[in-house]
Amino acid sequence: MITLLSHLRTAPLSAKIGMGMVLITLIAAIFAPLIAPFGETEIAGDVWLFSSSTHFLGTDSLGRDMFSRLVYGARNTIAIAFLITFLSFVFGVTLGFVAATIGGWVDQLLSRMIDILMAFPTLIFALMVLSVVGTSIPALIIVIALLDSTRVFRLSRAVAMDIEVMEYVEAARLRGEKLWWIMRHEILPNAMPPLVAEFGLRFCFVFLFIAALSFLGLGIQPPAADWGGMVRENAGAITFGIFTPLWPAAAIAFLTVGVNLIVDWALHVASGLKD
Amino acid sequence: MKKLLEIKNIVIEGQTSDQWVPIVKGIDLTLKKGEVLGLIGESGAGKSTLGLASMAYTRPGCRIASGSIVFDGQELFDGSASLLRSIRGARIAYVAQSAAASFNPAHRLINQFAEGPVQHNLMNFSSAEEKAVTIYDQLLLPDPEHIGYRFPHQVSGGQLQRAMVAMAMSCQPDIIVFDEPTTALDVTTQIEVLAAIKDITRKYNTAAIYITHDLAVVAQLADRIMVLRDGQLVEENDAREILAAPKEEYTRELLSVRSFSTKGNKDKSGNKVILDIKDVTASYTGTEEVLSDINLQIRKGQTVALVGESGSGKSTLARVITGLLPQSKGSVLFKNKPLAPKLKPRSREELQRLQMIYQMPDTALNPRHTIRTIIGRPLQFYLKMNGRQREQRILELLEQIELPADYIDRYPAELSGGEKQRICIARALAAEPDLIICDEVTSALDQLVAEGILKLLLNLQQKLQVSYLFITHDLTTVKAIADEIVVMLNGRIIEQGPKKEILKPPHHEYTDLLLSSVPKMDPDWLDGLLEKRILAAAA
Amino acid sequence: MDFLKQNSIFALVAQRLSFGLLTLFIISLLIFIGVEALPGDFAEAILGQSATAETVEAFRQELNLDQPPVQRYFSWLGGFVQGDLGTSLANGRPIADLLGWRFKNTIFLASIAALIAVPLAVIMGIAAALYRNTFFDKVLSMTSLSMISFPEFFMAYILIALFSVKLAWFPSIANINEQMSFAAKLNAVVLPALTLTLVVMAHMMRQTRAAIINILSSPFIEMANLKGLNRLRVVVLHAFPNALSPVINVIALNLAYLVVGVVIVEVVFVYPGLGQLLVDSVSKRDIPVVQASGLIFAATYILLNLIADILSIISNPRLRNPR
Repeated sequence: MITLLSHLRTAPLSAKIGMGMVLITLIAAIFAPLIAPFGETEIAGDVWLFSSSTHFLGTDSLGRDMFSRLVYGARNTIAIAFLITFLSFVFGVTLGFVAATIGGWVDQLLSRMIDILMAFPTLIFALMVLSVVGTSIPALIIVIALLDSTRVFRLSRAVAMDIEVMEYVEAARLRGEKLWWIMRHEILPNAMPPLVAEFGLRFCFVFLFIAALSFLGLGIQPPAADWGGMVRENAGAITFGIFTPLWPAAAIAFLTVGVNLIVDWALHVASGLKD
Repeated sequence: MKKLLEIKNIVIEGQTSDQWVPIVKGIDLTLKKGEVLGLIGESGAGKSTLGLASMAYTRPGCRIASGSIVFDGQELFDGSASLLRSIRGARIAYVAQSAAASFNPAHRLINQFAEGPVQHNLMNFSSAEEKAVTIYDQLLLPDPEHIGYRFPHQVSGGQLQRAMVAMAMSCQPDIIVFDEPTTALDVTTQIEVLAAIKDITRKYNTAAIYITHDLAVVAQLADRIMVLRDGQLVEENDAREILAAPKEEYTRELLSVRSFSTKGNKDKSGNKVILDIKDVTASYTGTEEVLSDINLQIRKGQTVALVGESGSGKSTLARVITGLLPQSKGSVLFKNKPLAPKLKPRSREELQRLQMIYQMPDTALNPRHTIRTIIGRPLQFYLKMNGRQREQRILELLEQIELPADYIDRYPAELSGGEKQRICIARALAAEPDLIICDEVTSALDQLVAEGILKLLLNLQQKLQVSYLFITHDLTTVKAIADEIVVMLNGRIIEQGPKKEILKPPHHEYTDLLLSSVPKMDPDWLDGLLEKRILAAAA
Repeated sequence: MDFLKQNSIFALVAQRLSFGLLTLFIISLLIFIGVEALPGDFAEAILGQSATAETVEAFRQELNLDQPPVQRYFSWLGGFVQGDLGTSLANGRPIADLLGWRFKNTIFLASIAALIAVPLAVIMGIAAALYRNTFFDKVLSMTSLSMISFPEFFMAYILIALFSVKLAWFPSIANINEQMSFAAKLNAVVLPALTLTLVVMAHMMRQTRAAIINILSSPFIEMANLKGLNRLRVVVLHAFPNALSPVINVIALNLAYLVVGVVIVEVVFVYPGLGQLLVDSVSKRDIPVVQASGLIFAATYILLNLIADILSIISNPRLRNPR
């Protein structure tokens, strides 16, 4: 923990800014009821109000307070995106490590199956599956987590393959260690740096992906506040010179820029490059 | 005679995470026309960095901080880009360690040869082509008329290295910097490249800076030798004088490395047989045999050295014994019981008694484990030791390998190469084995460090009566520690027997080639050998 | 064996081609099975529980649901190959008519974006790698990092707010039809094409930069420098031929990304393309249209990846000149 903190202190300015951005968003998400002046779905005033002292960012197409919905939206969107990324890592890393350490036909079979899944654009796949099973939060989570785990599989397999050829893994095999022990004690600790960086990248991707689905009306359903959905609800206003829909869109960009700034540094550290 | 190159008080720095630290700490270097200067030192001595500085070049992350580099009357330190370009390649050329990585895979050899002279406006392409054939011929490359039209990956390692010497010669430079050009090659190939370098530098009266860690190699070529250590000059003198009468202790140590040998090996032929390999044949693909009819016995407390060049199958035999590559024919008996060909069915007891030490201590130790975990795991796994008992045993093992007790909490990255290899030895010893397979355990280490490791292994053998199967390409090591020698070529055993018999003539033809190719600390060795071979070929 | 070694490049290409075809076949199967696997009766699920028995029956006949699945799959696939994509549930029109024009529009939009983005991104990526760690590189790196973090619709609305609302230079709705002249069409798609360009460029530039830096750190580049060659020659003759294969991969990957990114941009600008149709049909649960347009998207995506694979094999000097 102490080493982690001292590590953070040596981070470059850009990564520190990134951490600040993520921290702000997280605080907003966790303490939403304390921060938001109005309720998530509460009609607080007239429609399309400009920003004022009561309505910090104005009101939306139904007269709900934009700032409050933005704060609550952070909660919904981040929680779901995090859960999906986590699940996709559980699937992807486990299968990737298994493929790399067992090798042979197991690896061949898994890799070819994943190749085929990856040959299909994720958004199109998700759209088609959701059209069939309908849009519900559990369906959304499982479908995106499964699709995304293909990318995690590829990376964790490649990373594990690089570690697998190391002699310390061979030494563990020759000692008679079980497969699970080798994966847990020899491979995982060495795979952590690239996997952590990838977690950030995948989180950004999933987050943008859900935002896109919500924007298309196929993600998190109203009236729950969700940044992508909020852009969709208010999109029409922009042609009248009302920039309300830009706020949730900017919030999405704010969080992903923050995470990407950290990831950039993490990748740099993981690769051990000097420049 | 006029000085061709004069480097004065040069300081070169390398970048660590937040500051610049000196790698070369104020060294002077001079070179006359046609003179060959040997730069010798262990890793971290700064010899490559200094060699490259003669072209006013530094690798990324390094810089020349101060000093002066005067070549043929021109100051290169802070020289303009166009001045440096006009000198690099044309007047000072470079030969790298790995020709395979240093040739551009996208272009034919001849185009890369001709590029220098054409770009420096010394000749047109067709005359460069003719010149290439001449130089290829002088370097004894096969089929000099056509070999240049191949791509780098279509030529063998030793030939590619000579093709790079040819490329350096293309502009007939005043100086060539040779950066460990034979280190990656087998001994028999090394001879060819050394002879080629010596011949061509003499023929064109080219001055050279020859960088190597191997005194015996540099002794064959250099007129003068500079011994470097930690970025500083230890000793500089005429080559013959340094070899005959070194002034500094460090130079003496480097010189004595090759003379180290076990005194009076006890006869172990009466000991119990630990490992018995019978008629083993193995292959990777199922068609091409990489091992054929191998028969080999190792006795208790004995060291059997397995010698061969790359591709001889010596490491493959280790994989068969450990169960990583099941043999297709024959059997391996361990303490009179047959070992299962595959790893999985072998008992924990069998695995415990057969341990392995690897070539690269860097990749043989998990960088995320502490020394305690690394040595402690086999204790826990095989001997069910835990808590204080295990801690106590780890400390004992550390003492046995002559490392301080406080290393127990360190990570491998905090240790030097030799210390890491000692940890690997301790990990193998922790299992209390009967046989340890040592796969090129000293070839990644500096010579003095390697010597220490060999001495340690011998001491441990005397104390613990453990047997070694010592796989190596280095005949000096074999002479130093073996009780028995097994010579392999193309997957077959050519010759085997007690050390004294094998090293005593008459040898098998290939053993003779191997033995005679090991450079000796004698400046006349190469010339003498080549003469002898030419005579033999004529007869 | 010898023949294969001699022609390893052809063998590799043939292998990729057959894998591409196999993938396409499996995808079509997945798309079909996906619909089959619907819980309960497909017709009821689509029409809702309030549907009368007659409408359900009519619907079943419409989709040939009374035939066995294997036969239905092959008649669907067979029809697809011959250009008969079935009829839409929403308006009963032949899907081929609906799709044909929209597919052309989507290709039109994506091509314009690609024509601008690819050369610009590759040149800027190379420049950033050459002038690494300079101010220019850092600015480019920060900008592209932000760009890849922006959702496509954010970029789109910023452009609309700026060029359509504030400056009124371009329309915010990219409505095109077949009667329009080429110039008029171009004017209509400026904003959506620009959005796509910016998003794809950022990705492509970053990956190109990484690929080139990787090549520039090779020992053979050091050797080229030590031969006293000028910088341009080192980059063009020594680095570029070896960077070709990774850069081609980067380009294809991003073109494939473009095919998907187009969906959202089409929705924002109400552009009559395949992506918007797909999204509309998904919300209307017009399954035959979803199946058909999904398969077309997938086929395009697979084709682009296939071309990239083959080009990068051909551009690899080691494979082109076997031992």
